[in-house]
Amino acid sequence: MKLDSKVPEGPLADKWTNHKFNLKLVNPANKRKYHIIVVGTGLAGASAAASLAELGYNVSTFCFQDSPRRAHSIAAQGGINAAKNYQNDGDSVYRLFYDTIKGGDYRSREANTHRLAEVSVNIIDQCVAQGVPFAREYGGYLANRSFGGAQVSRTFYARGQTGQQLLLGAYGALNRQIGLGNVQSYNRREMLDIVKVDGRACGIIVKNLITGELERHAGDAVLLCTGGYGNAYFLSTNAMNSNATAAWRAHKKGALFANPCYVQIHPTCIPVHGDYQSKLTLMSESLRNDGRVWVPRDKATVEKLQQGQIKAADIPEADRFYYLEEKYPAFGNLVPRDVASRNAKYVTDDGLSVIPDGEAVFLDFTDAINRLGKDTIAARYGNLFEMYQRITDDNPYQVPMKIFPAVHYTMGGLWVDYNLMTTVPGLYALGEANFSDHGANRLGASALMQGLADGYFVIPFTVGDYLAEIGPGNTPGTDHPAFQEVEQSIQAHTQQLLGINGSKTVDDIHKKLGKAIWDHCGMARTADGLREGIEKIKGIKEEFWNDVRVPGNDNEINFELQKAWRVADFIELGELMCRDAYNRNESCGGHFREDFQTPEGEALRNDAEYAYAAAWEWKGDDQPHEMIKEDLNFEFVELKTRSYK
Amino acid sequence: MASNTSLSLTLKIWRQNGPNDKGKIVTYPISDISPEMSFLEMFDVLNDQLIKKGEDPIAFDHDCREGICGACSMMINGQAHGPHRRTTTCQLHMRSFKDGDTIYVEPWRAAAFPVVKDLVVDREAFDRILQSGGYISVNTGNAQDANEMPIANEIAENAMDAAECIGCGACVASCKNASAMLFVSAKASHLAYLPQGQPERNRRAQMMVNQMDEEGFGNCTNTGACEVQCPKGISIKNISRMNADFLRSTIASETEI
Repeated sequence: MKLDSKVPEGPLADKWTNHKFNLKLVNPANKRKYHIIVVGTGLAGASAAASLAELGYNVSTFCFQDSPRRAHSIAAQGGINAAKNYQNDGDSVYRLFYDTIKGGDYRSREANTHRLAEVSVNIIDQCVAQGVPFAREYGGYLANRSFGGAQVSRTFYARGQTGQQLLLGAYGALNRQIGLGNVQSYNRREMLDIVKVDGRACGIIVKNLITGELERHAGDAVLLCTGGYGNAYFLSTNAMNSNATAAWRAHKKGALFANPCYVQIHPTCIPVHGDYQSKLTLMSESLRNDGRVWVPRDKATVEKLQQGQIKAADIPEADRFYYLEEKYPAFGNLVPRDVASRNAKYVTDDGLSVIPDGEAVFLDFTDAINRLGKDTIAARYGNLFEMYQRITDDNPYQVPMKIFPAVHYTMGGLWVDYNLMTTVPGLYALGEANFSDHGANRLGASALMQGLADGYFVIPFTVGDYLAEIGPGNTPGTDHPAFQEVEQSIQAHTQQLLGINGSKTVDDIHKKLGKAIWDHCGMARTADGLREGIEKIKGIKEEFWNDVRVPGNDNEINFELQKAWRVADFIELGELMCRDAYNRNESCGGHFREDFQTPEGEALRNDAEYAYAAAWEWKGDDQPHEMIKEDLNFEFVELKTRSYK
Repeated sequence: MASNTSLSLTLKIWRQNGPNDKGKIVTYPISDISPEMSFLEMFDVLNDQLIKKGEDPIAFDHDCREGICGACSMMINGQAHGPHRRTTTCQLHMRSFKDGDTIYVEPWRAAAFPVVKDLVVDREAFDRILQSGGYISVNTGNAQDANEMPIANEIAENAMDAAECIGCGACVASCKNASAMLFVSAKASHLAYLPQGQPERNRRAQMMVNQMDEEGFGNCTNTGACEVQCPKGISIKNISRMNADFLRSTIASETEI
């Protein structure tokens, strides 16, 4: 297979404008003759569905939650970037483009990233018009805050609930179209496969999670807006039900999966506290503005601390190792996410964890409180401190927070061309589900921007080009034998899961899988470790298919059965993540290979050999994937080494 | 964070195998519960034990487990989301309970929220209310520059206070009349505060209130339980504000006749 990114010719800043003009249009009277299926109702899915329905298309949406409003975009805290330059601090579309390319460690596609920066300004306008209550200055104009990886202030926010407010805006637009009858909304439905006829996507099979029934839906185009795969690790900041099944099933039907090893591990999360733990909670990156990260300098002190003989405050200044400040004097505690995470790992690997039976470092606000007063700190971080205390029962005004990195976001995903189409004609991937814009590391406040860019301002143009090509009324209906065939394979898979009747719960195996991926394909990776990880995952697959216990039946609410489907797919994806990481003999962004680092322990990229996106093709069960390269031809940006010393 | 104070508890949990089943309270003793666990993690442990014993695990809604998605919905000892104010079930931790406690867990109870199974209820009525008018009608691409319409800081803050609603349904579950007025008025207020929301303000209130009635929610008698139990602290002042809009829209439509 040869990959065609369909990136238009011409100067960077003109590509999108020219491309829009060159795309075919569907005339208004014909739009209602097309049916578009949108899977997932987060920022990408809700914005796409609403915008397409406004244009006149006939749209159906599907989500596994009981309401579209509960998609995990709702949990995003910090904000959304846009190149408005309202602060007059030198921002521009080009600067946002450049920061994103550089932040991604030069592993994303220039044309996509530039388009993202271009439409970012329209997103803010649209959201304000919908009634999103962004933070305002006293003069009534929009407020901005600063985020990592940028020297300008371009992040728009709604308290610590920006994702919630943006999603409620998109959900409102979607609700309007549902009310008008232009969108059919199907809740508590999980997509289990796509249906292809003559090589193109023509529909999906979903499971009704209440009745257990399989339902067929035919569509002229299928949009996967189903988020990332962070839950492969079991523990992550993702919602409990976030899963990769839709994307993985599409992958097995011919959609290439790109850069699966690019995973973002966020440095400031509440640490793991027990085997029963179900998820990890993020503490906003903004805390590193005033918090100092440290661990005790020596193991004797660590021991006393862990045994409770001394408290953090008893440890004299000289015995504290402020490792980020010492190693990176220029950026200190504000190094990018990947660097901060990796260094927390180094110190705990050295036996300097501040908690017994686990891993954590201190994030200490004592100095900031002494300098600025408790009130100032409360005004800046009050809600975060409250959330921390609710979960841990520690008061961060009095004792340092204990934090540790956690899986947060996946930059890899389904390979898409400039039109957001996967390698299956008619099948698109939007938002975190695709691989396109963030390269090897995503900057803070850019995920919300990308989801909405894809949904509001990209797909409404690009999908029309494909639909005009295939013509109205040319997609087979659900009585086509292809639907029957896929449905039967789903039933067989389900019966197989229900019939194993082993001794382990789905969670038992998922936890084991998560630990294997975390240990071998987490913050620091090695060739040997990845080989070992692949072997372990193969063993886990074996164990799963021989010893998992899925209770209940197929014709009722059965959350365990659904979890089993998801974990079966995570196992296969986990193996591919390790393979991709093993293949990439360099370190870049969130992918850090210990065998490829500078003498100072920093990421060592290999632009000569690895300036490409690795797109993996499924070749069948028990067959190795084939890797297909998309060369990232950097025409406009000069590749440089990032330094934070 | 090793703890030597693990809890033994008696759980009395509502089991109901579908909307037409009568349902009953079933007793489950559970031990070795760490005070550091969240309430839902305790349910994970219980379900793990049930599955290994060959029993049917308890169905409950949950997703983000950080208090924002609004999926979790448990009546704990008669209080929506349990004993603490401004806390969802997923943010409740076992340290709030004592060794030997008996804890009753039931689903939201309201005619408009039929039980689907065990602790899972159907809240699509909320979606339908918002579909009837809980939005600003603006197509993608219609918008002017965001800073062309300055909005005073306190107006934006008031709108945000109302917009924080997570749609969990605790207000309905806590109300003796199973009224949805707090939920509906939160959306109405959020948009009514903002200049962008003015053109449809009265119509929006009327459409949503009509749909609310159609869904079978009860009437508001201003007892205020909803505000106390709301995990996001949404104020009942929103209800009076919406009532005013509703009245205006009713008078306007009568004048037209």
